[in-house]
Amino acid sequence: MTFWAALTFNFLIPRFMPGDPAATMLRRIQQLTGQAPTPDQVRSVRLFFGGAREDLVSQYLRYLNDLAHFRFGLSLSEYPTPVVDLIAQALPWTLLLVGTTTILAWIIGTALGAYMGWKPGSRFDAIFAPTTTFLHAIPAFWLSLVALWAFAFKLGWFPVSGAYDPDVPYQINNVWFLLSILKYGALPALTLIFIGFNGWLFTMRNVMVTTVSEDYVLLAKAKGLPTWRVLFKYAARNALLPNVTGLALAIGGILGGVLLTEVVFTYPGLGHRLYRATVDHDFPVMQTIFLLITLTVLIANLIADSIYVLLDPRTRDEG
Amino acid sequence: MLSGFLRNSKVRIGLGVFAAFLLLALLGPWFVSSVLDTTPRAIDYDALGQPPSADHLLGTTLPGSDVLAQVIVGARGSVFVGITSAVLATVLAALVGVPSGFLGGKLDHALTAFTNLFLTLPSFALTLIIAGYVQGASWWVIALIIAAFEWPGGARTLRSQTMSLRGRDFTVAMRMLGESKTRLVFAEVMPHMTGIVSAMFLRACVAGVFAEAALSFLGIGTTGSVSWGTIISEAQGQSAILNGLWWWFVPPGLCIALLGTATALVNFGIDEISNPRLSAANHKLMKRFRRAAKTAEAGVA
Repeated sequence: MTFWAALTFNFLIPRFMPGDPAATMLRRIQQLTGQAPTPDQVRSVRLFFGGAREDLVSQYLRYLNDLAHFRFGLSLSEYPTPVVDLIAQALPWTLLLVGTTTILAWIIGTALGAYMGWKPGSRFDAIFAPTTTFLHAIPAFWLSLVALWAFAFKLGWFPVSGAYDPDVPYQINNVWFLLSILKYGALPALTLIFIGFNGWLFTMRNVMVTTVSEDYVLLAKAKGLPTWRVLFKYAARNALLPNVTGLALAIGGILGGVLLTEVVFTYPGLGHRLYRATVDHDFPVMQTIFLLITLTVLIANLIADSIYVLLDPRTRDEG
Repeated sequence: MLSGFLRNSKVRIGLGVFAAFLLLALLGPWFVSSVLDTTPRAIDYDALGQPPSADHLLGTTLPGSDVLAQVIVGARGSVFVGITSAVLATVLAALVGVPSGFLGGKLDHALTAFTNLFLTLPSFALTLIIAGYVQGASWWVIALIIAAFEWPGGARTLRSQTMSLRGRDFTVAMRMLGESKTRLVFAEVMPHMTGIVSAMFLRACVAGVFAEAALSFLGIGTTGSVSWGTIISEAQGQSAILNGLWWWFVPPGLCIALLGTATALVNFGIDEISNPRLSAANHKLMKRFRRAAKTAEAGVA
């Protein structure tokens, strides 16, 4: 249902926007190829963006049909590369960056939060609580800029842009190539982790604080079980629930942060691609990336729902 | 409730900082033109890209504008978008959430589905795309776009709150007395939600400032006007990093972070009041109490 809505949004937005995307596109083709678009091209552009004599309903059906057959069209800014190719180039980089940073940030945040919530009011809690509040309020793209300035330009510890060393042959089985990916990805990844863990920390701390005083935790303590065991097996396990569902719900937001960070570090992922497409009015690329992101968010939500049921038997439907 | 609210130190600090920024947004342009005697776009040809000094407290940009003047005037653009989008988002959330929770039935189903739909759509990507089509929009349009994706979370909270209020004794009694539903909602239910609504509003406000900064940074905000986002964006666009002009892009980002911290503090304060177990201060008090009890026991023995 959400996916259908996203499809429809994608279809409707260009048709209800002021200005004429179709005309922009035709102008672009003319600029890029140096000659007036052929009648064939004009017709296909008109079909893609509306403005043709065809009514909205049949345009919509045609659009759905195209998507069903994975026809996403050609990029405008890099005409005539198919959109799918551009995205296939960008996707692995984003997956790498999002995957590692999200997981690491989540683990760090949840672990620290569990520890903080275990002894609220401790010195650790008193120092960390205000610091993380502030860190959480920092815009990711701005921190990326500062990190880039400090660690890449001033100190020269990290490369300034890109995702791998252009002097090393582009081979996935080459150790030097893999090492350069690590080196180039380190700064964007560290920035994202630094920003990312604070949110998890807070939800975890607050749920933990309430869990710690529950009867079963008190009982476990009274039984004389080792502290770490009570912390992880009893309290943390139950306090984990909001963070698990939060992880899925946050995927959309995480993607937003990653998109901007990629732009700052000129990291060749989806975010950078989407940004360039937006600047260049490359509508087919924009629409396809948006659909991809929507799909990701939906799948993440689905997974979260199933994990939730696994962790919390109370949500299980006992027919 | 209100006095307890203001007694919480987190709330007080947060509100104070927030008010300071509000004042800056209101009086900033006047202050810059009459006290600093400059404009954010004025060019000092003797100081192009200079670090902070007595003449320019926060230094100058590469084209020679005063960074302090830009940051002060930029507060208005950022805060305007933040507040406008927050007002719109809060009103939308109330319009969808309250009737949905109060009336229930088919209307509730439809509105909940609608809310969930907006909740799952990846808002930032969509905002980016829409803003990409509407190039060079005014602050109003930017605020409208941001608000369109800010309301669903609030609508959900308000719906569940309304549902719980609907079942309380006083609303049931009023309904039995034949009070009209509209009056019930506006005169009886809404006032009980001012706490939640104001927390929601603050959060939406900062989210709006964030979103505006992000959009401007990508060059999709308005052109010509100054906001914290456009300052950072210009700094990035004119290679402030390459030239080491940190004083250009650091202050506006710090302002955003400070505003965000202020709101977070207010929200934490509210959480602590509604759930006293969260308060670190209370835990300290409990600890001291227990220790005192122990020493007293030891003394008796």
